[in-house]
Amino acid sequence: MELVLSIGIGVLTASGVWLLFRPRTYQVIIGLSLLSYAVNLFIFGMGRLRVNAPPVLEPGGTGGLLTHTDPIPQALVLTAIVIGFAMTSLFLVVLLASRGFTGTDHVDGRE
Amino acid sequence: MSWANHLIILPILFPMATAAAMIPIDERNRTLKGVLSFVSTLVLFAATIILLGIAASEATTGGTYVYQLGNWPAPFGIVLVLDRLSALMLVLSTVLGLAAQVYAMARWHTAGYHFHSLFQLLLAGLNGAFLTGDLFNLFVFFEMMLAASYGLLLHGSGPLRVKAGLHYIAVNLAASSLFLIGVSLIYGAAGTLNIADLSVRITTLGPESRMLMESGAALLGIAFLVKAGMWPLGFWLPTAYSAATPPVAAIFAILTKVGFYVILRLSMLLFGHEAGTSTGFGQTLLLCGGLLTIAFGAIGVLASQAMGRLAGYSVLVSSGTLLAAIGLGNSAVIGGALFYLVSSTLTICAFFLLIELVERGRDAGADVLAVTMEAYGDMDEDEEEKEVGVAVPGTLAVLGLCFCICAILMSGLPPLSGFLAKFAMLHELFNENGFGGNLPIRAAQWAFVALLILSGLSAMIAMNRIGIRTFWTSLEGTIPRVFLIEITPVLLLLLTTIFLSLQAGSAMRYMDATANALANPKNYTDRVLSAPRVRPAGGD
Repeated sequence: MELVLSIGIGVLTASGVWLLFRPRTYQVIIGLSLLSYAVNLFIFGMGRLRVNAPPVLEPGGTGGLLTHTDPIPQALVLTAIVIGFAMTSLFLVVLLASRGFTGTDHVDGRE
Repeated sequence: MSWANHLIILPILFPMATAAAMIPIDERNRTLKGVLSFVSTLVLFAATIILLGIAASEATTGGTYVYQLGNWPAPFGIVLVLDRLSALMLVLSTVLGLAAQVYAMARWHTAGYHFHSLFQLLLAGLNGAFLTGDLFNLFVFFEMMLAASYGLLLHGSGPLRVKAGLHYIAVNLAASSLFLIGVSLIYGAAGTLNIADLSVRITTLGPESRMLMESGAALLGIAFLVKAGMWPLGFWLPTAYSAATPPVAAIFAILTKVGFYVILRLSMLLFGHEAGTSTGFGQTLLLCGGLLTIAFGAIGVLASQAMGRLAGYSVLVSSGTLLAAIGLGNSAVIGGALFYLVSSTLTICAFFLLIELVERGRDAGADVLAVTMEAYGDMDEDEEEKEVGVAVPGTLAVLGLCFCICAILMSGLPPLSGFLAKFAMLHELFNENGFGGNLPIRAAQWAFVALLILSGLSAMIAMNRIGIRTFWTSLEGTIPRVFLIEITPVLLLLLTTIFLSLQAGSAMRYMDATANALANPKNYTDRVLSAPRVRPAGGD
């Protein structure tokens, strides 16, 4: 599972960075989205990978990282997803405004 | 003292509440919104002054106060921490906010929607970033500040601003990704995000975890260096700042200082004397990067034709100086650097506001305004003028005087605070162990001295050239119409710097105490980690 996750993060980051450096605004926004997926998976991985371990304590039970998965990265990912989503939609609006003003989808507003 | 305890969270909650309250008010009642927003910032100003007073009083706490959100103790719960440095930054951001807001009420807030709400959210994000005591909340407040700044940069619209905004947003989104990677690496290595707890745990980290921790801190640092505009990460800055509307550019003067603030805070707390092999991590990079930023900024200042770009490059010079001052690793220089921070931020803010007033009579300024008016329909000049009231008599004399004061402050000539700040830094640099110490002066220190003085020279040359072109050999001969409400904030900001020059003694004492507290983080971590929970009144 570690291998799958790390390859996934690597591929997403590589494609995201490559797209980020492309000259079209659409490529840039897709690049930023891929990058934010990679970052979210990475945060998740930093809490250590566990299978079948609950993040929330049972009533009356005692917790510990041997029986439970670390809940903090999951909370962080949730926040990062919300913020990343909002920023991407804002970027989309600016992208359309730029297209409207300049008539081209080049990031510098001219070919 | 319970009210004073809750005062710490006021600089975050109050602007947020004001912003929310202003959204339903119709856009046609802009003046009402402006007054509401101004009153709210004024209350905030009073609160931050009280907080500054609390932080400056030594009594038993060494100036550090902890506010536990939800009454959970520090490593588990989220805390807000007030100390001398954060109190100073709070006051500075509120002063800038007041000036920019009054200025915007003359005409610029009519150029788009929800100016005042966005402005209050920006203040809330800024204050939160200064007060927070853990890294993830820093991310949240930082994003809040950035989101508001995207809206404000696009305020007034037009092709130029949209293009600059597109680049600004893309750069900052990429930097935010680095921020998150850095934060999660640090969490993976140390198992905590509370800054005080981190500074304790870093002393006992094993070599593998230490490596992860350092790479996390490096990524985090890059995210903030992008914000601070360090060369080669700051190419977006002059374009974005000169494209923004004047009041927005004025408040943006403090956004680069947020980057500086976080880097200062983290390098002092995490990589101080007790950090084992990590002591002084990243200092060489900060020093070299800072020096290169000063050089790049100074060349940019010389090469600028328009005043907006000149101001943008001055922002780079200012943040380069501050970063290099951290990189020197001498806590006495930090005291001078904090004085420089206050002085240069006030100066650049005043200069951004002044530029538009000076250029109003000229073609370039008129073009920008015309674009705004095209985009947002009928902005009736006559009605506008009646609304804002008195035009200033002897306009050119007042503008020229303000321009001269800005030039003196930016080039660091005596007798104003720009000179005092540079003098304080150089003084501490040459007398690292007090007078009579015979330590050799390193090459890096000479480079810092030379660049500091040369950047002042380049600012003087550029300001002279632009001043002559604008005030003496102006061909158009039209005297710009300037209103009292627009020139007052500029005058007040400049008066603040003069006041700072007159009160330099007590100001420097405060800055030195701040630098001392930063150099000995033990008090900070002890206060945060051992802060008692509040007993509920009438509880068990």
